[in-house]
Amino acid sequence: MSPSVPLQEMIRAIRSARTQCEERGVIQRECAAIRAQFRQSDNGGRSHNLAKLLYVHMLGYPAHFGQMECVRMIASPRYSEKRVGYLGAMMLLDEKQDASLLITNSIKNDLSHSNQYVQSLALCTLACMGSAEMCRDLAPEIDRLLRASNSYIKKKAALCAVHIVRKVNDLGELFAPAARALLSEKNHGVLHGAVVLITELCERNPETLERFRKTVPDLVQIMKGLVISGYSPEHDVAGISDPFLQVRILRLLRILGRNNEAASDAMNDLLAQVATNTDSTKTVGNAVLYETVLTVLDIKSESGLRVLAVNILGRFLLNNDRNIRYIAMISLQKIVGTDHNAVQRHRGTIVDCLKDQDASVKRRALDLSLALVSASNIRSMMKELLIFLSSCPPELRAQAASGIFNAAERYAPSQRWHIDTILHVLTTAGGDVRDETVPNLIQLITNASELHCYTVHKLYRALLTDITQQSLVQVACWCIGEYGDLLLRGECQETEPVQVTEDDVLDALETVLQSHMSSPTTRGFALTATMKLSTRITDNVDRIRSIVSIYGSCIDVELQQRAVEYNALFKKYDHMRAAVLERMPVIEKNSPGHTNGESAVETLKEIPPAKVKQGESLLPPQPTNQVCDLLGLLGGPEETLQPSPALSSSAPGLPVNTGGTAGGDLLDLLGELEPTPVAPAPAMSVYEKDGVTLTLSCEKQSDSGLTVTLTASNTADSDISSFTLQAAVPKSVQLHMKAPSGDSLPAQGAAKVTQIVILNNPNKVNLKMRVRVSYTRQGAAIQDTVQIDSFPGL
Amino acid sequence: MRFLLLFSRQGKLRLQKWFKTYTDREKKKVIRDMTMLVLARPPRSCNFLQWRDLKIVYKRYASLYFCAGLEAQDNELLSLEVLHRYVELLDRYFGNVCELDIIFNFEKAYFILDEFLMGGEVMETSKAAVVVSMEEADTLQETMEEYMSKPAY
Repeated sequence: MSPSVPLQEMIRAIRSARTQCEERGVIQRECAAIRAQFRQSDNGGRSHNLAKLLYVHMLGYPAHFGQMECVRMIASPRYSEKRVGYLGAMMLLDEKQDASLLITNSIKNDLSHSNQYVQSLALCTLACMGSAEMCRDLAPEIDRLLRASNSYIKKKAALCAVHIVRKVNDLGELFAPAARALLSEKNHGVLHGAVVLITELCERNPETLERFRKTVPDLVQIMKGLVISGYSPEHDVAGISDPFLQVRILRLLRILGRNNEAASDAMNDLLAQVATNTDSTKTVGNAVLYETVLTVLDIKSESGLRVLAVNILGRFLLNNDRNIRYIAMISLQKIVGTDHNAVQRHRGTIVDCLKDQDASVKRRALDLSLALVSASNIRSMMKELLIFLSSCPPELRAQAASGIFNAAERYAPSQRWHIDTILHVLTTAGGDVRDETVPNLIQLITNASELHCYTVHKLYRALLTDITQQSLVQVACWCIGEYGDLLLRGECQETEPVQVTEDDVLDALETVLQSHMSSPTTRGFALTATMKLSTRITDNVDRIRSIVSIYGSCIDVELQQRAVEYNALFKKYDHMRAAVLERMPVIEKNSPGHTNGESAVETLKEIPPAKVKQGESLLPPQPTNQVCDLLGLLGGPEETLQPSPALSSSAPGLPVNTGGTAGGDLLDLLGELEPTPVAPAPAMSVYEKDGVTLTLSCEKQSDSGLTVTLTASNTADSDISSFTLQAAVPKSVQLHMKAPSGDSLPAQGAAKVTQIVILNNPNKVNLKMRVRVSYTRQGAAIQDTVQIDSFPGL
Repeated sequence: MRFLLLFSRQGKLRLQKWFKTYTDREKKKVIRDMTMLVLARPPRSCNFLQWRDLKIVYKRYASLYFCAGLEAQDNELLSLEVLHRYVELLDRYFGNVCELDIIFNFEKAYFILDEFLMGGEVMETSKAAVVVSMEEADTLQETMEEYMSKPAY
C-alpha cells in the first residue's frame, strides 16, 4: 500500500498522466489508499484524504464511499476537519442519500456553536442540501438565529430560511414576522437577505403578499437612499451603489405592485427617478435599468412612466452591446401583445437584428418579427423574412418556415401573393416544412381557380430547375396532373407564355419518377399525375400507357399497386377513364386538425359507402361506389351527386373529396353491417313526388335515443338508380346513419330501399329532420329536399 | 440560480455548484450539454442562451468559462455582474488568480463561493466583507491546527 501523498502532489500526479488509462490507474491507487485510511480511525491526515476524494469526484469518478467519512468529519471538534467535512457533505450528500439524515444532529449542534464560522458552515450546508425533514426539524433554530445574532449570521440565516421555505411551503408563516423586522437593519448583506426572503414568501402565499404590501414605503425609502446617496466605497460597482440590492428591491416592488393601484402609485416617483438617473454606460447600470423597466411594465404604472420604459428598451435596441440588444428583444416580446403600437415603432431596428451574426440575437429577432407582422406591413415584413430564411441557421429554419406560413395565412393581401410566398418558402427551405404543408397548399391552389394557369406554369418551371425539394415536387406533380391541359395551352395572362409540349411534360414527370432523390410518396404523386394526363393530352396516351405498365412490376408495393390498377383502368374500364380522372372539385377546408369526429353541428351527413375503401387504391368494380375518405372530410353540399363520381387518387395525408360525396368517417366502417329489419312502428309518408315515395317510422330506444327507418319505393314506370339519402338535424341532436339496403329502385315498386337513422336527443329539443333525396332516372340526376317536423310515435 | 459551473477550454470541469437537487445522471447531462453549447459559441457573441427552460449566462475569463443556469425571473445582466464579482473575489484572495490556482486549491474556491452565494442568491454584496470573512476563517483554521500541533495542508 503506497503512502498517501498530500493533496497537491496527487493533483500533480493525475494531471501528468498522459492517457486516460494512466489517469484511471493513478486514481484507482489513490482511492484504494484513501479507503484504507478511512477505515483507520483518528488519523491526522483525515482532511487531506477527504479533500483528495472530492477532487477525484469532481473529475467524474465515483466517490460514494466517502459519505460516511463526511459524517464523521462533520462531527469532529476541529474546524479544518469540519470545513472539509461540510464541503464533502455538500458535494457528495444530497437529500436522496440516506446518510444525509445522519448529519442533522451535527448541524443542529453546530448551529448553536460559539464560533460564528462554525455556525456559518452549518447554515451553508443546510441551505445547500437540506431535505424537507431536516428543514422541518431545524426551522425553529433558524428563526431564533434570524432574530438574535450578529449580522454575519443573520444574513446567512435569512438565505437559509429561503431554502427552507422553498422546500416546505408551510413554514413560510414562521419566518414572516422575523423577515419584517429585518427590513430595518442597516447592514446591506442582511437587508439583501431579508428582501430575498420576503420575495420568496410573497410569491408563495397571497395572504403574506397582502400583509407585506405595507412595507412598500420602507422599501421605497431604502431604494431612494441607495440611488441618491454619495459614493460608498464598500458597495460601489462602477458608480452604482449596491446594484445587487437595488435589483432585488425592484423585483420585490414588482411583486407587491402587481394588480394593486395603491402600491403602484407609491412607487411611481421612485421608478421614474431610477429610470432617469441611472448611468447606462456600463452593464451594471443597464442591469438596474432592465429591472426597472420590467417592474414598470408589470405594475399598474401611469402611462408616462410606461412610455419612458418602452423608450429605454428602444435605446437598448440601438446599443452596440449584443447582450443589451438581446435583453431588449426579450422584454419587447413580453409586451408585444399589450403595447403593440409602441413596439411597432421599433420594427426597423428589430428587422435589422435579423441580420446579426449572433445566433441568440437572431432567434429573438425572429420571434419578435413574427409577432409584429400585421395586415399593414405584411408585404415588407415578408420580404425581410424570406431573405432571412435563405440565410438563417439550420436550427431556426423550421420555426421560421412555419412562422411565415402562419403570417401568410392570416394576412395575405391576395391569393396570388399567398401562393407565391409558399412556393418561395418551399424552394428555399422545402426540407424543413411541416407535413401538412403539401395538402394545405394543394387546397389553397384549388381554391384559387383563376390562378390555376399561373400556378401550374410556375410550378412546372420550378420542377424543371430542381427536383430535390420533396414538398415542392409533390405539389408540382399534383398540379401538373390536374391542370396539365392549361399548361399545354401555352398562354397565360400572368406570366410570359412558354411553349410546353406534351413530351416535355411527360419527360419532367418521368424524371421525377426515375430520380434517386424522389421519396416513395413523391413517386406516387408523379405516377398518378402521369395517369391523369392521359385524359388531358391527346397524342401521347400510348407513352403514358407504357410508363404505367412498366411500374406494374416495380419493387415498391405502393407504386406497383397503383400501376396495376391504372393499367386495369386502361384495359378493362377505359370507358370510365374520363370520368374517373376528371378535374377535382374545390376542397372544403376543415379545421386544421382534419379530425374525424362526428360533429354535432348541423351538417349533411353522408351515407356511408356500401363498399369502404381503405388505403389509396382507386378502382371500383361498380360505378356507384364511393371512396371512403380516410380523413373524414364531409362533402360539400354544392356538388351534385354524380352517377359515377370522380374518383381521385389520394396520397397519404391528402384530403380527398370525391365529387361531393365523401364517405363517412372511419367510425362508419361499421356501416358495412346489414341494416336491421324495419321496426314495426307506425309508418308515415313524408315525401311523394314523381313516383318516389318515402315513408318514415320511428321507435324509441331509450330516454333520448330514437331509431328512425326511412323506406323508399318507386311507383313510376322507369327505373331509378344511385338513390341516396342525406339527413340533417338540429345542432344538439346526434345523428348516425346506417348503410342503406341498396341504391336502386326498380319500376313499379318491385323492390324497396331501407335506410336506418339513429338519433340521440340528450337535450330533448324539438326534433326536426331535413332529408335530401337524390337519384338518377333515365340519365337525369334529380335532387329534392323534404323537411320532417313531426315524428310518428313520439 | 440553479447551478454554477467552471470549465476549461478543453471542457474539463474545475468547479461545480448545484443550488437545486439534481440526480447524478442529470448533473452529468447538464455538464455535458453546457460544455458543448458554450464551447461552440464564436468569440464575440452574446453571453446569453436558452437551454430547455433555463437561461444560461456564460463569460470567459482567460482560459476558464464561467457558466450559470438561471431561472425565468432572474436578471441576466445582473448575473453577469455576479460572475464578475466572483472572479474579483478569487483574484483578491489568490493574488492574480489563474486556472492553476483554482485547480490546486479547489476547496478554497468553494469556500469563497460559499461566502458570496448561498442557495443560488447573493449573500454578501460587499467585496470587502467577503474578503474579511475568508481571512478570519483561514486564521481560525490555522490556529486550530497549531493548537492541535498538526500541519495544515
